[in-house]
Amino acid sequence: MSEKLTGSLIIQAVKESGVKTVLTVPDKTTADGLLRPFSADGDLRHVRTCKEDETIGISAALSYAGQRSLILIQYTGLLYSMNAIRAVAVEYQSPICFMVGLLGKEPGVLPTESKRFGVRIIQPILDTMGIANHVIETDDDIEKITPAINNAYETSSPVAMLIGRPPLAS
Amino acid sequence: MIKRDECLKSLVSKIANDEIVVAAYTTAFELDAIRPSPYNFISSGAMGLTSSHALGFALAWPNRRIILLDGDGSLLMNLGSLVTNANAAPKNLIHFVFENGTYEANGGHPIPGQDSVNFAGMADSAGYNNCHEIFDIAGFESSIGSILQEEGPTFVTLKCETGEKYPQDYRYMHSAEIRKKFAEAVKDF
Repeated sequence: MSEKLTGSLIIQAVKESGVKTVLTVPDKTTADGLLRPFSADGDLRHVRTCKEDETIGISAALSYAGQRSLILIQYTGLLYSMNAIRAVAVEYQSPICFMVGLLGKEPGVLPTESKRFGVRIIQPILDTMGIANHVIETDDDIEKITPAINNAYETSSPVAMLIGRPPLAS
Repeated sequence: MIKRDECLKSLVSKIANDEIVVAAYTTAFELDAIRPSPYNFISSGAMGLTSSHALGFALAWPNRRIILLDGDGSLLMNLGSLVTNANAAPKNLIHFVFENGTYEANGGHPIPGQDSVNFAGMADSAGYNNCHEIFDIAGFESSIGSILQEEGPTFVTLKCETGEKYPQDYRYMHSAEIRKKFAEAVKDF
């Protein structure tokens, strides 16, 4: 079993799902391994937003044009955006794909067993809201990404991919 | 002061039948009564997201003009979107704000800074390409033609007050049916 998480492999999996736009608010966990290469990728449109709930409106609008997008944020931003997620993603059944950095989660520890309260509550909240979620902790987990995004768009429903450790920058 | 419904009637007479108009709450009800159209996108559920929905549409369809009808209370809940939208710089976005100084959909209570906030000034500082402030219907009529031709993003504050009363069907506003109609209308864009 792999003990590392490679950013370039995550990006490859995201692109294989047809995502052409990445909507972001910086997150320390993913800043170097994902955000920096995403922002430099000429195949992707990168929209920097000021606050995380903006990304949900933008992503939902893009989906009406059949354009797939990924939201890259920190778990604190996910918590901040709960009303927009409740309304636009869940109640209005929009294909909103989150990639969420679990800042401070201990490597190898399940999110629900983290010592960090904010990290520990993320999956129970997502489960309560009926939002599919996947922990992406090692390279072995990366194979979940493309099907998760495809499923979100095929079923018009949200999904959250929880990044459990800082991805390697190369 | 501009009667909002008078302004809407004038505006919709100057845009194409298949133009996307993104509107929030009370303005959305009035828009739908004045211009019943599947191309009206009603931004509801999470107040403040109107300006973000509109940015998404503007990015998705860069060759189509996107008309955004925001409220002052709505914009205050998503002020950062001024900077995000200006930074994304869609040339096809026209961002109107109907400024009546209240949270009209929530009891008519005053917005913070009711007598002092300068939305056009904030949009200008955020980096919108063009910013305007209009105080009466004569000013609107004389300037809207050229404003609609500007290279965006463009921002227009409309100092307004409520005009006639229009039906407000919140059940329909939140229904899947209204979003399905919009999705069907734009599927071949």
